[in-house]
Amino acid sequence: MAKYLLLKHYRGAPAAVNDVPMDQWTPEEISAHIQYMNDFAARLEKTGEFVDGQALAPEGSWVRYDGEGRPPVTDGPFAETKDLIAGWMIIDVDNHERAVELAGELSAAPGAGGKPIHEWLEVRPFLTAPPTIPECSVHG
Amino acid sequence: MDEALLRSLTPSVLTILVRRGADFAAAEDAVQDALIEALRVWPADPPRDAKGWLVTAAWRKFLDQARADSARRRREDLVDEEPAPGPMPDVDDTLQLYFLCAHPSLTPSSAVALTLRAVGGLTTRQIADAYLVPEATMAQRISRAKRTVSGVRFDQPGDVATVLRVLYLVFNEGYSGDVDLSAEAIRLTRQLAGTIDHPEVAGLLALMLLHHARRAGRTAPDGSLVPLAEQDRSRWDTAAIAEGIGILQAALARDRLGEFQAQAAIAALHADAFTAEETDWVQIVEWYDELLRLTDNPVVRLNRAVAVGEADGPRAGLAALAALDDSLPRHTAVAAYLHERDGDPETAARLYSEAARKAPHLAERDYLTRQAARLNADRRR
Repeated sequence: MAKYLLLKHYRGAPAAVNDVPMDQWTPEEISAHIQYMNDFAARLEKTGEFVDGQALAPEGSWVRYDGEGRPPVTDGPFAETKDLIAGWMIIDVDNHERAVELAGELSAAPGAGGKPIHEWLEVRPFLTAPPTIPECSVHG
Repeated sequence: MDEALLRSLTPSVLTILVRRGADFAAAEDAVQDALIEALRVWPADPPRDAKGWLVTAAWRKFLDQARADSARRRREDLVDEEPAPGPMPDVDDTLQLYFLCAHPSLTPSSAVALTLRAVGGLTTRQIADAYLVPEATMAQRISRAKRTVSGVRFDQPGDVATVLRVLYLVFNEGYSGDVDLSAEAIRLTRQLAGTIDHPEVAGLLALMLLHHARRAGRTAPDGSLVPLAEQDRSRWDTAAIAEGIGILQAALARDRLGEFQAQAAIAALHADAFTAEETDWVQIVEWYDELLRLTDNPVVRLNRAVAVGEADGPRAGLAALAALDDSLPRHTAVAAYLHERDGDPETAARLYSEAARKAPHLAERDYLTRQAARLNADRRR
């Protein structure tokens, strides 16, 4: 009944326990990692908690408006960007505890040596429409 | 085609199948298939006897599925002949269906989904749209819920309170997709009130009607929240308010007070005031005290502090607030409001900004940000 974004970072999160870059893993370890992620998503589909999951390319560009009748300005990618999103999963769960539990499982995906990565995932609640019966009479 | 009629027939058709010996999960699937067929066929070819049509269609689908299953299992002894479609039982099992779909072994989200499908007659797609999740996810949620209650006996008595909590959750979800879940919750609660005589069912129905009646006034055309005090009361639905108050008064007269009746009484006092200034805050505080005796809940304490601030002045409100844990959701928003009323716009602006950062709802966050911006702009003048 509440949606959460589980956010995976390429950069910007605190260091994982098993912090070996993916290109240093064996191909089998990479396959095992991908399999784990797919199985995790499939399991959430079965529990009726899966909404969406996407991976993002590490490189993108910055875009901004440059005034009437002019094409937008683009810039980047900037190598120094501190925080880089790798991908996300959106879940629809009963409560925050369940969101944390699932993020914990996702963080256990195997990495180098087949051991869990223990990477830090960010859990962000969606802002929703207010309930029909207001929780607070100030903005009823 | 009258989709509301079709949906209102769902629970009785489902219970007829169960009474004929179908297991709940299979019967529920069969009714869903029959509903989908009715939605397709009825517009061009409306039946004379809608309920009879649905029972026949659902039973046929149940038998088809049972035969397919038994063929798959290479067993032919499960169901092989169509029993004579005897007279329709008069017993109303709808209440049992509510109990089963709100069974305590279900998580809130599964109970809600199962109730909307099995009692409400909504399709999986409609429920998925309303909760903004993929249809496949919702289908899995519903079949899991059915597996969870598969061992529960259909005639087992249930607790009305669990049903009311599920309906309350549906009501609060409001209107996000094609389906107006608040209206649907009202329909289901009204139907429940027709099958069981219980003052809290009436209390919840009254509470829903009174809040639903104010819905048009709650949001501005741009979607932003309009606080209660600033709502255009001419946009409130006076017929729904009158109905809600009537139902509430009849329930209160039975002298078995419960949480929903007390909440409805507070909503009625707001709905009854022609202007915000005419609101009887003293009585509202008394109802909050009553509510606290019934359920000692921090959200109630917080709202009581707001009411105290209106009845006895902002200082009294702030004093009531000081006794509460400041990590409570919306504590900061209430503090901001009371500080502004107390003539301290600087503190209020700071607290409104802080409350906006913590707000769980988009419209609420925007509202609080605007309040902070308004006070900051006044101070720059």
